[in-house]
Amino acid sequence: MVAAPFGYECVSSFEEAAQALQRRGEDAKVIAGGQSLVPMLNLRLARPAWLVDINPVGAGPIEDHGGYLRLPALTRHRAIEESDVVRRRCPILAEAAARVGNVRTRTRGTIGGSLAHADPAAELPCVAVALGAEVTARGPDGARDVAAGDLLVSYLTTTLEPDEVVAEVRVPTLGPRSGWSFLEMSRRSSDWMVVGVAAVVELDDDGTVAAGSVAFGGVAERPWPVPAEVLADLLGAAPEEALLQRVAERAAAMLHPDDDVHASGQYRRRLAAVLGRRALAEAAARARGHGGSAP
Amino acid sequence: MSSPTRLPVTFTVNGEQREAWVFPHDSLLDVLRDVLGHHEVRYGCGEGVCGTCTVLLDGEPVSACLLLAVQADGHSLLTVRGLSSGGELHPLQASFLRNGAAQCGFCTPGMLLTAWALLQRDPRPSRERIRRELVGNLCRCTGYTKILDAVEEHAAEGIGGHD
Repeated sequence: MVAAPFGYECVSSFEEAAQALQRRGEDAKVIAGGQSLVPMLNLRLARPAWLVDINPVGAGPIEDHGGYLRLPALTRHRAIEESDVVRRRCPILAEAAARVGNVRTRTRGTIGGSLAHADPAAELPCVAVALGAEVTARGPDGARDVAAGDLLVSYLTTTLEPDEVVAEVRVPTLGPRSGWSFLEMSRRSSDWMVVGVAAVVELDDDGTVAAGSVAFGGVAERPWPVPAEVLADLLGAAPEEALLQRVAERAAAMLHPDDDVHASGQYRRRLAAVLGRRALAEAAARARGHGGSAP
Repeated sequence: MSSPTRLPVTFTVNGEQREAWVFPHDSLLDVLRDVLGHHEVRYGCGEGVCGTCTVLLDGEPVSACLLLAVQADGHSLLTVRGLSSGGELHPLQASFLRNGAAQCGFCTPGMLLTAWALLQRDPRPSRERIRRELVGNLCRCTGYTKILDAVEEHAAEGIGGHD
């Protein structure tokens, strides 16, 4: 397997990247970590005429802005996994990054690339949707902000324009009363998830649920956020096992996952109910213990 | 459509500076093997899954099949040949030999490099950590237990991370 020929342009800023994309037209693709794109090139599932390589732009530090972390688009999964500030302020993101692919995938793969690639079974987009992360997309005429939930449309499809590139990602931090859980079921530990779930539960002083957010991966054409009306059953209630199970089962019942070679849709829906319950329980337990500790 | 032209690249392989003219679509794996004669870097899957083409890029494990050769320009590469010096096996290699951790040997260079890079970060990793780090290196002889034994024994010698 060898990639078909393509032209290659290296850029040293996102502005240059957007200009290059505009100049090269719709047959140009951005390459960041290349861990999803290059297999597609090698298999000739993708045959872009041009690659615009943004790696020379580099990634600055991950910054803590209080309510959110700012991650440059080229932040590698390995850097997220090992970052002290991420493990302290948004441990669910560190845990999800540690579950991406194998060590080589994590050495090269980037958060911006993962979101722009929009694989519905990828870890970071699932967490981004659960937390309500925001993305800055840079185009030839400037930058715009878009919620991760509005960026991700369908299988490998985003609302990015052909001449836009993801420049940074802002991920909300977790408060001291919040607990979290990221669980996934995969056939082998470096594989894509069959089903995965990201959950955050915030408790009040009296131990009842003040807020919750949950998103599933691997169950639809994009990461699926559990609707607020389903999670509303949790609000003001003690996070007891029976309640968490009822909420997880109600959410799973709304899913209509496809069958594929990895699992049937029916099995995926069952997994969503089980993993959803476990994730809510783990998140609530961590919230009780102020256990936002690193994985 | 572009008309492909070759570009000059310069990188070091095992400390030695190498130059080549490469097409943008040439993988680092093809250039290392076919142009520079590094046959110890092996083609397995071409998708970054199997780990036989593992090389260290500035000390970090990468799949050479998923890196464009042009992207290695200006960087430093280590292949398994760079682990040994002066005909002497690296102690990690010696541990693989002692433990019978190589059967057909096809996966061995990737296993050695991934394990070596882990020991640079964490000289005394738990068996679980070694297992997790090596999860992306497939051994179709299924000799995993001996490989874990070899890495663990070498780490216990307390010399990982000092070379």
